Amino acid sequence: MKEKFTTLTSRCIPLQRENVDTDQIIPARFLKATSKQGFGDNLFRDWRYDGNGKPIASFVLNNPDYSGSVLVAGKNFGSGSSREHAAWAIAGYGFKVVVSSYFADIFKNNALNNCVLPVVVSEKFLASLFKSIEADNTSTVTVDLNAQTITNNATGEKESFDINLYKKNCLLNGFDDIDFLLSKKSDIEGFEHNHSK
Amino acid sequence: MNTLFDKIWDAHVVNCIEGGPTQLYIDRHYCHEVTSPQAFNGLRERGLKVFRPSKTFCSPDHNIPTLNQDKPIADPVSRNQVETLTKNATEFGVTLFGLGHPKNGIIHVIGPENGLTLPGYTIVCGDSHTSTHGAFGAIAFGIGTSEVEMVLASQCILQPKPKTMRITINGNLKPYVTAKDIALYIIAMMTTGGATGYFVEYAGDTIRSLSMEERMTVCNLSIEMGARGGMIAPDETTFAYVKGREYAPKGKDWDDAVAYWKTLKSDDDAVFDKEITFEATDIEPRITYGTNPGMGIGIEEKIPSLESIDEAGKISFMRSLDYMGFKPEESLLGKPIDYVFLGSCTNGRIEDFRAFASFVKGKKKADNVVAWLVPGSWNVDKQIREEGLDKILEDAGFEIRQPGCSACLAMNEDKVPAGKYAVSTSNRNFEGRQGPGARTILAGPLVAAAAAITGRITNPSTI
Repeated sequence: MKEKFTTLTSRCIPLQRENVDTDQIIPARFLKATSKQGFGDNLFRDWRYDGNGKPIASFVLNNPDYSGSVLVAGKNFGSGSSREHAAWAIAGYGFKVVVSSYFADIFKNNALNNCVLPVVVSEKFLASLFKSIEADNTSTVTVDLNAQTITNNATGEKESFDINLYKKNCLLNGFDDIDFLLSKKSDIEGFEHNHSK
Repeated sequence: MNTLFDKIWDAHVVNCIEGGPTQLYIDRHYCHEVTSPQAFNGLRERGLKVFRPSKTFCSPDHNIPTLNQDKPIADPVSRNQVETLTKNATEFGVTLFGLGHPKNGIIHVIGPENGLTLPGYTIVCGDSHTSTHGAFGAIAFGIGTSEVEMVLASQCILQPKPKTMRITINGNLKPYVTAKDIALYIIAMMTTGGATGYFVEYAGDTIRSLSMEERMTVCNLSIEMGARGGMIAPDETTFAYVKGREYAPKGKDWDDAVAYWKTLKSDDDAVFDKEITFEATDIEPRITYGTNPGMGIGIEEKIPSLESIDEAGKISFMRSLDYMGFKPEESLLGKPIDYVFLGSCTNGRIEDFRAFASFVKGKKKADNVVAWLVPGSWNVDKQIREEGLDKILEDAGFEIRQPGCSACLAMNEDKVPAGKYAVSTSNRNFEGRQGPGARTILAGPLVAAAAAITGRITNPSTI
């Protein structure tokens, strides 16, 4: 059984940058661990801390005006390396949802496998959401997985987002991919038998 | 009316889940030390074995030093990760080409070298540059660690079927233009996220004329425009490369395999979701100027103006240039550089070393340049020595280090210092990729060689 996701209303942390690659989310030198824990401490490490480990005040995660479990980022979030450590860092920090106008494919899968919901919105919705947060840092969004909608509560704008039915059910019910695949063992053996002919 | 991608995908479908991803069978699974430990732990926690141990091959490559590999790894955390891979491979009974093994090297270099990568295969690895293996006409793509665990547990993966794109390139390449320049050109045209959601087939007579190693360089970089993977239909060049390699089929199995592989091409009436065409004659030797691989120019061109960037991208564009210490509309020709890196799964094969050596032969490395020449595998290192390239390189003032990923992502000691410029044949110029604050200029082996000799960004055709 994994963690579940149903609905969430939260304030947002705005990261107004495009093409945020997974090397920025978690730099390679922090990938040497053999467990999944602790990556949140180094999320966005080199944007968040200077070379001496001192927080960089201008970076949004260090700005006490912003909080919440929804990260809002520019287009093409999570590009580059396939490192799932990026998803572990985002989940470890406490984010439940990342909103962007599109995500890199591997990151999207990794996020879903760690109960972090990647919500794809239109560029218009994204631009408007950034404006709402800029105007009022306490403004919130509501994400409803069952209805597959996201609402900008400051403006009332609402959009639908895509997620495949299988993954949606996994998240809603806390189902696990490995359990699913193990339940298909006879199909796999049947495939191997036919394939070897 | 099927594409090459459809043919291989369809042949590997175990189940189509309603409204969901496909359960896809995986023929070959590669593992390295960074993205696998949590997956093996997952098996342990569930009390599972590896379902098909003969289909998984492991090689430590990311963390390993490129000097003194016979001694224990100095960094205890790196050492632990490499030792953990050895422990996991032993406990779960999968093949390991460990540190010190003659087959050790970058996983994407040693797979093809040993005939483990074959046409028609589905191939995955917890590494985005798994796209390299698409050069053989395979569906090869990078996966996360949860997915590594799925493959270990069931030899299957759950994947949404991507859309298909064909990129066709025709015409003859100009002198000094390498496969890396082709790829950097395509990525710049497509942008860093422009192929997200697509699996790309490369076609056209330019692609057909490339060697297997050049094809690997092109497919390797598919991920840098966001593509799920890249592939090239197998042909006589492919079969000639694969034949006789250790794990390749032999005897009658070989004949049967080739007969099947010859069917692996997109039908004449195949329909792609997107088709794009480029002319080879438009491609010059290239460099990048920014902090993603799509931010590239011909070496004689200038950095784009701020006005030419769309509104939403202006902040990111200026942040990138600020990080790199460059300005809009600036030419980079003649800029002094500090480091040169030849290596990685993109450009660490024997043909890359031949190209670099042929350029620097009889010349001398610039005194202000630190050069790291890192073969992609021990097999590449052996070829370098057999061909006498080591002598040419040493005479020109270069030393050859030991194989591994090295400065491509700087998980070992090979870090470019903050603020320094590196002309690098690797695949990513992200902020901090080659070390915190390091400034990476991506290029092919000839531009790297020209920079190493002159100490500046130099068009190799002008030397």
